[in-house]
Amino acid sequence: MSLDPSFVGRTYPPTAPYQVGREKIREFATAIGAEEPAYHDPDAARALGHPDVVAPPTFPMTITMSASRQIIDDPELGIDYSRVVHGDQRFRYTRPVVAGDELVCVNTVEDVITRGGHGFVTIRTEVSTTTGEPVVTAWCKFVVRGEG
Amino acid sequence: MDLSPRTYRITRADLVRYAGASGDFNPIHWSDRIATKVGLPGVIAHGMFTMALVGRAVTEWAGSADAVVEYGVRFTRPVLVPDDDEGTEIEVTAVARDAGEPGLTRLDLTATCQGEKVLAQARAVIRTPA
Repeated sequence: MSLDPSFVGRTYPPTAPYQVGREKIREFATAIGAEEPAYHDPDAARALGHPDVVAPPTFPMTITMSASRQIIDDPELGIDYSRVVHGDQRFRYTRPVVAGDELVCVNTVEDVITRGGHGFVTIRTEVSTTTGEPVVTAWCKFVVRGEG
Repeated sequence: MDLSPRTYRITRADLVRYAGASGDFNPIHWSDRIATKVGLPGVIAHGMFTMALVGRAVTEWAGSADAVVEYGVRFTRPVLVPDDDEGTEIEVTAVARDAGEPGLTRLDLTATCQGEKVLAQARAVIRTPA
């Protein structure tokens, strides 16, 4: 397992817009047992100053995970997805994701390290609206486990 | 701020529901056959499901669904979820720290399952509740 460090700094083209649905947010909140009214009830969200229901803090991963396949599946980088383990995850929010958002992701390879036979890849994903308003930045570090 | 510990139960049904809601259908989160084939003792929870449950504790403590400014974790130990009615439990605790910025509080988070820590460097920055 040896990953090409020259990928550091590489930025990929924006992903196709993802439309955030109200029912998707409710489904996600229900799946994690989160009952705060602002996740389920548009009026409760509006009372907090949002246009529609807000998404729980880790919801953006449902969008960034598929977006990061751009990098994981990049044949030039040559990652074996079956050996990929999630190492670290971090989010920095400009504002919560809300229903009705149309979001695009721009992925940048922030770090590539090979150590002890394992590969470590850190991807930064800038999530913004189709009109260019920043919403959340996500950092995801993958571990690519070495053979044996 | 009341930082009473939170306990969340995780069963196989929760993992199936989370898989559907999140779109993460990796079979190590629902198939013992596949999980053991890749060297795990059995089906494990999605790391992001554990992170979501800890995030629930954070928003409950913060008192608002939209109070989280930053949130990060390192996944250090898998959460094994047995195929029975009880499943397993994770316990979440937090210590409040100075975030170095007025109006913000840093929460240093600990999540344990069966007495073992499952996350490291888990912390959130929230808007300090009024």
